[in-house]
Amino acid sequence: MSQSIREILVLLVLGGLGSQASQRVAEGPEPRNYDYFKYHNMSEISGWMEQLEKENQGVVTIEPYGQTYEKQNIKLLKIGLESTEKKKAIWMDCGIHAREWIAPAFCQYFVKQILDTYKTDEKIGQMLKNMDLYVTPVLNMDGYAHSWFNQSTRLWRKSRSPGNCGDSCMGTDLNRNFDANWGAVGISRNCCSEVYNGATVLSESEAQAVTDFVKVRSSEILCFLTIHSYGQLILVPFGHPNITAPNYDELMSVGLAAAKAIKDVHGMDYTVGSSPNVLYPNSGSSRDWARLIGIPLSFTFELRDKGQLGFELPEDQIKPTCEEAYAGVRSIITYAHDKAFHITTPSTPMPTPPNTAATLIATIWTVLLAVCLTSAHLL
Amino acid sequence: MRRPLCALWVFLVLLGDCLASPYRPETEPLDPEPHETNSIVELELPPELDGTMSDGELVPHHYPAQRAAKVAQHYLNTRHGSPFRWIELHRVNKASLEDLGQAGKKYYLEISLKEVISNTDLGQCSAEVLFSGEQDQRAPQVQCPCEGMQKLNTTAEEEALFQRLNSSDSPVSGSNIPDSYGHIAPEMKPLWHLGAAAASFVMLRESNESTLYNMAQVASITQLETENGQLRFKYHVLLHDMISQEILHWKLLVSWSPAGGVSVLQTEWQPKPAESTP
Repeated sequence: MSQSIREILVLLVLGGLGSQASQRVAEGPEPRNYDYFKYHNMSEISGWMEQLEKENQGVVTIEPYGQTYEKQNIKLLKIGLESTEKKKAIWMDCGIHAREWIAPAFCQYFVKQILDTYKTDEKIGQMLKNMDLYVTPVLNMDGYAHSWFNQSTRLWRKSRSPGNCGDSCMGTDLNRNFDANWGAVGISRNCCSEVYNGATVLSESEAQAVTDFVKVRSSEILCFLTIHSYGQLILVPFGHPNITAPNYDELMSVGLAAAKAIKDVHGMDYTVGSSPNVLYPNSGSSRDWARLIGIPLSFTFELRDKGQLGFELPEDQIKPTCEEAYAGVRSIITYAHDKAFHITTPSTPMPTPPNTAATLIATIWTVLLAVCLTSAHLL
Repeated sequence: MRRPLCALWVFLVLLGDCLASPYRPETEPLDPEPHETNSIVELELPPELDGTMSDGELVPHHYPAQRAAKVAQHYLNTRHGSPFRWIELHRVNKASLEDLGQAGKKYYLEISLKEVISNTDLGQCSAEVLFSGEQDQRAPQVQCPCEGMQKLNTTAEEEALFQRLNSSDSPVSGSNIPDSYGHIAPEMKPLWHLGAAAASFVMLRESNESTLYNMAQVASITQLETENGQLRFKYHVLLHDMISQEILHWKLLVSWSPAGGVSVLQTEWQPKPAESTP
């Protein structure tokens, strides 16, 4: 009799556990002395990258992939675990617009999180075995350095190339310079404009560098993320109002799942949609170019806030902004990974919530069957 | 004897499991050719994508309603903004657009608002925003009666600040608020809020359906002599227009008292300072 009760209890437990495996992330080693919740200038970020490579040999490699107008080497961090299998990849860049300081802060935080958790968080570890993460902490290095020069240069946006502009104004909006309907909409041909799209398509060496690196790896790259501020938006391709991505529905549902993950952290609302719908039409963006060459998931993140502080987001908001953005990005790269590697565990973030009522019904049936079988055995 | 019954149970369990199985992600890519190169798909835009639905109904989180709602926010700050009051749009709940031909475009909005200094939920308000027709180049006209404003009581703080600034020997001044790191000295916060209220007058006046203004920074503030019982300040504010991405410099002559509210006496647009290569 007690034997059968035990059997019932076992079945109850097995049935009742359902399929929601909870993930608990153990804390990794304490971060080094680097303060991720302060803004850092270009030389501090470069030093941080070198330190990271030294301290994480075999996991982190610095890869230079082009030069800025001022001949700085644009570098990314390649993060991944050794594998004998063919790997896929994720691309993330920050700081394509100089004044959006929270974006490079996020790239640095993101890398720290990955490195602190891959040994203990099974999912992150699995993803690093199957994918390489290519993270560029500051793409527009010249512009970023200029925005640190003094208080009056803080709101610089563009590159620092003179272009064909003569003496009047300088700089090109890097995010209008890519080969994606270049010049079609949302740009200005006036050199002094903040959305001047360059003398010609890919006139900017920074945009060319991204193009060269990503193009060669486009069949590997599952997901292209470009991080900006401000506005609290997740933008899907395309920037042109008359063109819709073939997988628009998928992009929207992945974006909405990310926005939900973000909201779950600190309650912040991020609006998801195509740029022409929720913000403005534009062309020549890196996000659009990535989608056009076939990278299926391509998103622009616009981080905090909604305009009260704008580009000059206080340092005490770096931590919560990074935490929520990390949840959003993690949601997207997990989706990309699981889709590519055909993983359908229930812990895969889904656009629709799990059917808990159905799980409960299944449990009840299993228990009743157990009762029936055990009582039949007793007869 | 119970065997057939058990077989029935087993069948029912299996049936139940089938019906109850959780939603599984599609492993087939929705896009059959994930790596097509450089093809641009041109589609007829379904109504939800072009910002309008039937009968002038607008998608609340799309840009036309959002831009109009921001204008309502600027209007409210011209009426109610102060060193201790800053009203922010929280959400657009409903929106519709009426095309009045030459008379312009009128937006009808249901918006929820927040006072961000005291973190007070101001509830829902209705707003009407009229953007004038092309001939007319006038400032938008806004109506936004908002009962939630009555929740706010900032009289004590405003009086205290007014007294302090009115009787002080040294006129207050400051610059770069917030600074490059987003930092604002606590004693400058009320003057930053006041700058935002004053900037709202310009942002309201300069807004149209192709702009979305926020104040990026108070570049400088200098207190002038009190006149007619009003504190007076010279402000240099930087406005950010999200659509053009431009930073616009405006010099403002501002007066304020708790009883009189905020007034902007003079405004002067400053062209972009000449760029110098460091």
